[in-house]
Amino acid sequence: MLGFILRRLGTFIPTFIGVSIVSFLFIRLLPGDPILLMAGERGMSDARYAELMTQFGFDRPLLVQYWDYLTGILRGDLGLSFKTKLPVWDEFFALFPATLELSLCAIVFAVLIGIPAGIVAAVNRGKWPDQALMSTALVGFSMPIFWWALLLIILFSGMLGWTPVSGRISLMFFFPTDTGFMLIDSFRSGQAGAFASAVEHLILPTIVLGTIPLAVIARQTRSAMLEVLSEDYVRTARAKGLSPFRVNGLHALRNALIPVITVIGLSVGTLMAGAILTETIFSWPGIGKWMVEGISSRDYTAVQGGLLMIAVIVMVVNLIVDVLYGFINPKIRQ
Amino acid sequence: MPLLDVRNLTVEFKTADGQFRAVDGVDVQVDVGDVLAIVGESGSGKSVSMLAVMGLLPWTATVTADAIVFDGLDLTTATAAQRRSIIGRDVSMIFQEPMSSLNPCFTVGFQIREALKTHLSLTRSQRQSRAIELLEQVGLPEPVRRLKAFPHQLSGGMSQRVMIAMAIACKPKLLIADEPTTALDVTIQAQILELLLELQTSTGMALVLITHDMGVVAETAQRVSVQYAGQKVEEQSVGTLFADAHHPYTHALLSALPERANSRRLPSIPGVVPGQFDRPAGCLFSPRCSFADERCETVQPTASASSLGHARCHYPLSKGVPLARAELQS
Repeated sequence: MLGFILRRLGTFIPTFIGVSIVSFLFIRLLPGDPILLMAGERGMSDARYAELMTQFGFDRPLLVQYWDYLTGILRGDLGLSFKTKLPVWDEFFALFPATLELSLCAIVFAVLIGIPAGIVAAVNRGKWPDQALMSTALVGFSMPIFWWALLLIILFSGMLGWTPVSGRISLMFFFPTDTGFMLIDSFRSGQAGAFASAVEHLILPTIVLGTIPLAVIARQTRSAMLEVLSEDYVRTARAKGLSPFRVNGLHALRNALIPVITVIGLSVGTLMAGAILTETIFSWPGIGKWMVEGISSRDYTAVQGGLLMIAVIVMVVNLIVDVLYGFINPKIRQ
Repeated sequence: MPLLDVRNLTVEFKTADGQFRAVDGVDVQVDVGDVLAIVGESGSGKSVSMLAVMGLLPWTATVTADAIVFDGLDLTTATAAQRRSIIGRDVSMIFQEPMSSLNPCFTVGFQIREALKTHLSLTRSQRQSRAIELLEQVGLPEPVRRLKAFPHQLSGGMSQRVMIAMAIACKPKLLIADEPTTALDVTIQAQILELLLELQTSTGMALVLITHDMGVVAETAQRVSVQYAGQKVEEQSVGTLFADAHHPYTHALLSALPERANSRRLPSIPGVVPGQFDRPAGCLFSPRCSFADERCETVQPTASASSLGHARCHYPLSKGVPLARAELQS
C-alpha cells in the first residue's frame, strides 16, 4: 500500500510541472497589462512604466520568468500578489477554509441525496420513481450554475425571505475566526444565533454548488447498482432472507461504490470550478471569488498560484480515492 | 402432507420479443427427508422453477401457480416479510457458481454469521462458535482462519463448501442445490456431492438436487423428476426410472450415458430444446423423438398414470417399446 502511494506520488511530478506551465501561460495569454491596470485611469509616464516592468520582472524572457516561478514553488514560495503585495500562499490559505467549508457541505449534500436516489432508481428501474429521479437528475446536470443560483435567490431570498442573499454570516455577529470554518467558529463563539446564521448562509450556496455533483452521483450510483443487482452474490443475499434494505444498501451498494467514489473524486474538480461561480454570486469570501478578482486585475501571481493549489488538491483527493478502492473491495488490494 | 407442494407452476419472462414461458405447469412434491433430483437439459426450466419457489427470480419474471405450499405456508399468498422469515432459515439454496455467489466485499465469517444473525437469536460469541462448527461440518480445515478470509482467497470447491455452510446454518428443512458441482473440478464434484448426502442423512433435511448429470442422479437421489422445455415429462423413483424409463426423452437421456451405451458410437438426442419461437404445437419433444407420429405433432399429451411414471406422452414406453393405444386403454 505504501509502495502504491509512493508510486502515485511519483506520477504527480510531471502532472505538477504541466499544471504549473499551463497556469503560468494561461494568465499571461489574456489580453491586458497588469502594470497599466495598476496605474488606473490616469495612466503613467513611459519611464515609470519601464521602471515598474523591471521591478516586477516582466521585461525578462518568459522562460526566465517561469524558471523563477518554478524554483519559487519548490521552496514553497508562490510569490507576492501584485495587488495586495501579500504572499499568495498566505492569501490562499486565509480564504481556503471558506471554500473548503462550502465544498464539503456541497459534497456531503450531493452524496447524502445522490446515493440513495441512485439506489432507489436502480431498484425500481423503469418504473416511475426511476424515471422521475433520473429526469430530475438530468435537469440538475444541465442547469447552468449561475442561472440556478439566481432562481433560488429570487425564490428563497427575494420572494419568501427565508435565506440571506450573500456572505457567510450576518453582520450582527463578530467573533475571532480561529479555524476559518464559519460553522465551527460560530459554534465556538457561543453567541446566540451565530451558528444558525452561519447555517442559513450556507444553505443556498451548498445547494447550488452541490447540484451538478448530486446529479452525476445519482446517475452513476444507478448504473453501478443496476450492474451489481444482477450479480450472483446479490441473489445469495436475497436467498438468506435479508431485508431489501440490507440486500441493496449493504451487499449491492458496497460493490457498486467503486465507480461512485470515482465520480465523487472527479467532482472535486467540478466543485472547484463551480466554487468560482457560486462564490461570486453569493459574495462568498473564498478562493473562487478571490481568483475571479485576480483575473480581472491581471494579478498573475495570485491566479497562477491559485490554479496550482487547486490542481494539487484535485490530485490529492483522487489519490485518496484510489487508496479507498482497496478498503471498499479487498480484491483490489492484491 | 408433503414439505413442499408446488402445483401447476408457470413462469414467464418478459423479453423484447414478448412473453417466454420457461416453466409450464410443473408440479413438485418433496416430503420430509426426501432426496429429489430434477434433471433436464439446459433451458428445461429446472433452475427457474426452484428459483420461483425461493422468490429469487428477476423482476422480468411472472410466476403463477395454483399453490406453492412450504411447511403449511402458502408462498403465493404470503407477504414478503413472511416469505423472508422462511427463506434462508427453513428452506435454503446453493448455486451453480460458488465463486461468484459469495460477496467479494465481505469475509466468509461475516457472510455466515449474517445468515445466523438474520434468523436466530444468538449472541455474538455464539454466532462465532456456530460459524466455526459449520465450517468444520462442511470439511474446511482451519475454520478460524478461514472465517477471516475473503472469497477471492478461496478455491471453487472451498467456496461451495462455504455456501453449503451458509445454507445449512439455520438447520433448514429443505436444501435446494442448483447444479452445485457444475462449475467444479471433477475430483471436487464427487466430494461436494458426498458432503451434501452426508449432511442430508445426518440432519434429516430434504434435498432437491438440480442437475443435468444422470450419473449424479443415480448416485444420490431417491426420486427423479425429468423436465423438458419447461414441462415435467416424467417422475419416478430412481431405481425404477433407471430400470424402465417411460418417457422417450428419459429413455434417450439414459441411452446417452456412456456406461449404458452398447453401440460403437455413443447415442445422442438430435436437435435442441425448443426456444421461444419454435415451440411445437403438439408434444414439445416430438421433433426430436424417434417414436413420434402425426398425433404427437398436433396434440399436446397429458400426464399418464403413476404406474407409467406420470410420463407426459401419448405412447409411453415400457422396456423401451412404445405401448399401443389399445394396450393403454385396456
